[in-house]
Amino acid sequence: MADKVLMKGNEAIAEAAILAGCKHYFGYPITPQTEIAAYMAKKMPKIGGCFLQAESEIAAINMVYGVASTGKRVMTSSSSPGISLKGEGLSYMAGSDLPCLVVNVQRGGPGLGGIQPSQSDYFQATKGGAHGDFKMIVLAPASVQEMAELTVKGFELADKYRMTSMILADGTMGQMMEPVELDFDVKERPATPWATTGTKMEREHNIVNSLSLVAEDLERLNFERYERYAQVEANEAMYEEYMTEDADIIVAAFGIASRVSKNAINEARKQGIKVGLIRPITLWPFPKAPFEKVADKAKAIISVELSMGQMIEDVKLATGCKVPVTLCNRVGGMIPSPEQVLEAIIEANGGAN
Amino acid sequence: MKKFKRITLLCGHYGSGKTNVAVNMARLLRKQTDNVAVADLDIVNPYFRTKDSSGEFADNGIRLIVSDYANSNVDIPALPQDMYAITDDKSLSVIIDVGGDDRGALALGRLALKIIEENDYEMLMVINCYRPLTRDAQSTIEVMREIEYVGHISFTGIVNNSNLGAVTTTDDVLDSVEYANEVSKLSGLPIVYTSVEEHLYNDLCDKIDNLLPLSLQARPV
Repeated sequence: MADKVLMKGNEAIAEAAILAGCKHYFGYPITPQTEIAAYMAKKMPKIGGCFLQAESEIAAINMVYGVASTGKRVMTSSSSPGISLKGEGLSYMAGSDLPCLVVNVQRGGPGLGGIQPSQSDYFQATKGGAHGDFKMIVLAPASVQEMAELTVKGFELADKYRMTSMILADGTMGQMMEPVELDFDVKERPATPWATTGTKMEREHNIVNSLSLVAEDLERLNFERYERYAQVEANEAMYEEYMTEDADIIVAAFGIASRVSKNAINEARKQGIKVGLIRPITLWPFPKAPFEKVADKAKAIISVELSMGQMIEDVKLATGCKVPVTLCNRVGGMIPSPEQVLEAIIEANGGAN
Repeated sequence: MKKFKRITLLCGHYGSGKTNVAVNMARLLRKQTDNVAVADLDIVNPYFRTKDSSGEFADNGIRLIVSDYANSNVDIPALPQDMYAITDDKSLSVIIDVGGDDRGALALGRLALKIIEENDYEMLMVINCYRPLTRDAQSTIEVMREIEYVGHISFTGIVNNSNLGAVTTTDDVLDSVEYANEVSKLSGLPIVYTSVEEHLYNDLCDKIDNLLPLSLQARPV
């Protein structure tokens, strides 16, 4: 009846994946992402798809590996400790150049940590995530609407570049409810001539494998793969700028931290402080351009994170350390308050008037 | 405002708004009687629980019956240790926030027999047509039947809490009336309340019967 529906972030991911043509989901429950699996369990049988609760995260990612080899859209989801378990499979899929979507609804760590929200898997997601030289496209939604849209985008990018896309959300984004419109266009999938679909004795065998028997071949594959990664870096960086036009203080934040930061920025603007936000939407490729642009004119950058300071390193690299970058953070399942961010902005501006 | 039964059970698909309705009903109930408790039987949701309002409850003399582990990192489906006060302490007036859908309602089966025996209860289905799995009357009825099946107790009424969160308009609420009437017709149960956020109340109170204004629990962002 209504155009909009009220959804939890986790449900929005699941529904968007189904709309994107994903009919294969493998996972293992873990708070705070379990609603993705629960939603898939209810919906997949109704659309002739496959929901399977695997015996472990490791089993689930290898089922994803199998379906991805056949060229079908496939996904899994988990939360921080579960993503660590999937690490081996992620590396094998990268080594086999397979597209898939992996969702990480982060919780506090390290170790078993807690079940409250966190962004402390930034390094794990953006710097490889397991052994070997590889990258994943990492998308960081900041609203329930974006949870849905970036899920579709994630599948499209994964297919385009034959690599894993990861949605890097956090517990709050997964659990919070907002209205969503689900009427987006889903592009047609590119052909998958590499897929193992049976030769019918009409073509050569397709081989999906991450093992190379000859070192020279493995080196060549790595070089070729990184040429593809260079294209991703050149073409796919996404970000949002908010009030940066005249800003001499820049807040860098993604996901839930960017929402808190916007509230703080609005308050600081009322106090006459020229402050703006750069919100990376892709964390890899990291959007360097907006940071390069402000590097010469901003007097300070504040990285607001739910971690001990991980994205801050990419901000420093992107600005060539021309601007002092400070950290404003909470960790262990806590979220920075708008007041805390406002205080950091006031301090960066030289203290209270 | 009508008189409450000794026990009011609030059920619904998760995300229907049960917890906010429960918190607001507890405030109303407290105006009618002294010995009031809110019981949180949710064994599913990790965040956004009645415990978020524990400070306000304490200030207003409302007892909160909730697992010590709610809103903590102890990620187990735990029930409150003083849960049986709901049925054993007849001097208590209770609002029960039952967990979402059939999985969440599982805990209810434990109490159902005694509640039915005492027969001083109302069991309300909180419905929201803007939630993806209860978009129409038929799918809402299915969720109701699933809850009744695992909870071993039947509904007595409906709360239409159809909303789109913070951006809900009066039109969104008015558009939901037909859906709520259809649920009422199919289930044979009355619409006991239609609940809306406080700021929508004045525009709607002469258009919808039994309108209940809600003041929501704080949102983190």
